[in-house]
Amino acid sequence: MKEHPIIELKNITKNFGDQQVLRGIDLNIYENEFLTLLGPSGCGKTTILRIIGGFEEASDGQVLFNGDDIAKLPPYKREVNTVFQKYALFPFLNVYENVAFGLHLKNVDEDVIINKVDKMLTMVGLKGYEKRDVTSLSGGQQQRVAIARALINEPKVLLLDEPLGALDAKLRKDMQIELKKIQKEVGITFVFVTHDQEEALTMSDTIVVMNDGIVQQIGSPIDIYNEPQNRFVAEFIGESNIIEGTMIRDCLVKFDGIEWECVDKGFRENEEIEVVLRPEDMDVIPATDAKLCGKIVSKVFMGVHYEYMVETANRQYKVHTTENYELGTEIGLTIDPYDIQVMHIG
Amino acid sequence: MRHFKGLAYPYVAWSFALIALPLLLIVLYAVTSGDNSLITIHFTLDNFRKIGDPVYMNVFAKSLEIGLIVTLICLVMAYPLAYIISWFNDEIQSILILVVTIPMWINTLLRTYAWVSLLSDNGLISQLLGIVGIHAPAMMYTNFAVIIGLVCDLLPFMVIPIHTSLTKMDYSLVEAAKDLGANNFQTFRKVILKLSLPGVINGVTLVFLCSISSFVVPVLLGGRQYMLIGNLIEQQFISIGDWNFGSAISVLLAIAILIVMSLMRRIDPDEKGEK
Repeated sequence: MKEHPIIELKNITKNFGDQQVLRGIDLNIYENEFLTLLGPSGCGKTTILRIIGGFEEASDGQVLFNGDDIAKLPPYKREVNTVFQKYALFPFLNVYENVAFGLHLKNVDEDVIINKVDKMLTMVGLKGYEKRDVTSLSGGQQQRVAIARALINEPKVLLLDEPLGALDAKLRKDMQIELKKIQKEVGITFVFVTHDQEEALTMSDTIVVMNDGIVQQIGSPIDIYNEPQNRFVAEFIGESNIIEGTMIRDCLVKFDGIEWECVDKGFRENEEIEVVLRPEDMDVIPATDAKLCGKIVSKVFMGVHYEYMVETANRQYKVHTTENYELGTEIGLTIDPYDIQVMHIG
Repeated sequence: MRHFKGLAYPYVAWSFALIALPLLLIVLYAVTSGDNSLITIHFTLDNFRKIGDPVYMNVFAKSLEIGLIVTLICLVMAYPLAYIISWFNDEIQSILILVVTIPMWINTLLRTYAWVSLLSDNGLISQLLGIVGIHAPAMMYTNFAVIIGLVCDLLPFMVIPIHTSLTKMDYSLVEAAKDLGANNFQTFRKVILKLSLPGVINGVTLVFLCSISSFVVPVLLGGRQYMLIGNLIEQQFISIGDWNFGSAISVLLAIAILIVMSLMRRIDPDEKGEK
């Protein structure tokens, strides 16, 4: 699947006035993949989308589409379509006319259009809504119309700019699953922009974590979550305990004065490093058996699990577990070697 | 807010005294005959019958014609102007809009006199044309002069609402159209034009209403014989002194204006409300 990228961004920079929002982005987007640009607001993720869509021009660098430079191509000549943040449905057209907009421009036969619109509306679950005024639809329904309106043009890549941002939590979850299903069904590349890490983890094949106009890490959701490459990624995605330590040698790391077995290799001997420990990977054991001991100082019920803050000799650890312990209990903590993620500092 | 309600009463009183009362008086004049004292009031519809006279109907027809021509010219000139202004950044836009409205700072009378000196037989325009060897036709006291005067007067009323609707337009709709394959012309025709329609309707309504009821410009640029509805009303009130007939014309004009406004409102997508 990953033999040849459909979109290549090469050393893209973008300045707005004297502010640099993208500082040298290199990114390959492959066929049929669900790629998510993830980052806090202002990190430049939407700007990347707009450069691919043709609404902004990169200040420097190349945008290749199937190997051709498309930097100068206007949006209407690009084989990509966009689902806009606020849907941008035409208020003066009904659902049918909105979805048919692109095909009407191409002077497609009305019979063919009727057929295709019908297929699209069936796919997004809005069959029978053809004559409805778009302004009378709910947010979720408008969202579906926007997706249908984009996909009917059979783009090679669909760009989605925080499309679920305006929906409530329940609807968001449903749409996440549905979007993923639609992507599988039409078999094209989706480039999805979000600041919601959970959304990114559940939907994506590839996540691109961004901050400050720089790509922090590219990888599968599992890679990104389990092996964050730096502090920003570790903190942005999921919860974590981040601890400075020393890499004694391959597969042996020391932090809080204790040596731990791990699975990371390729660091210099005695290199200063940072360790990421996910709260759910911290195992509670009897204090008598443990290298690392502490006292529970806070306890919050989170639904499925409890979140404890455990005060140890050097710091507080955040621990997630389904077990119920009393406040003030002395417990021991241990971490399996493969649950310790060692990162370079910086 | 409720305990501030009392503060609205003076306003209501003033509105009644300054707006409603004069209107009621005009209606009263329109449906009575001229020989009234405070005690005896003779109601009659003769004033309205009189308007049916071809002499007066011609005035109505002519006003309508001039109004339509002026509105059309204003629309054709104002739309591109407003559209081009909307391309610039905010600062330049407000300067350009200021430039468009500057003529409004000058009294209509003065502006119209300026046209008199430009258009008259030995005015600036015919002298300039004379230099290049063209003998200028008489321009004063023609439809041409009146239309120029009115267009000049009313153009800002067309530019501003159109410009406002163009700038408050949701730009993501324009991007969406381009994204879906519309080139610049198609985007304009299918999206921008539709989104600016409320402004166009407002502008058309304003300009049309102002031009059919204008009277300074027709008098100065059209001459004393040039008669539009506004002049007719003025003549009835000031020169002839038939307040009753003048009021009847005013009432009819007001009704016509209300009809035009309600028609315009029907076209306006913003006024449709929930379906």
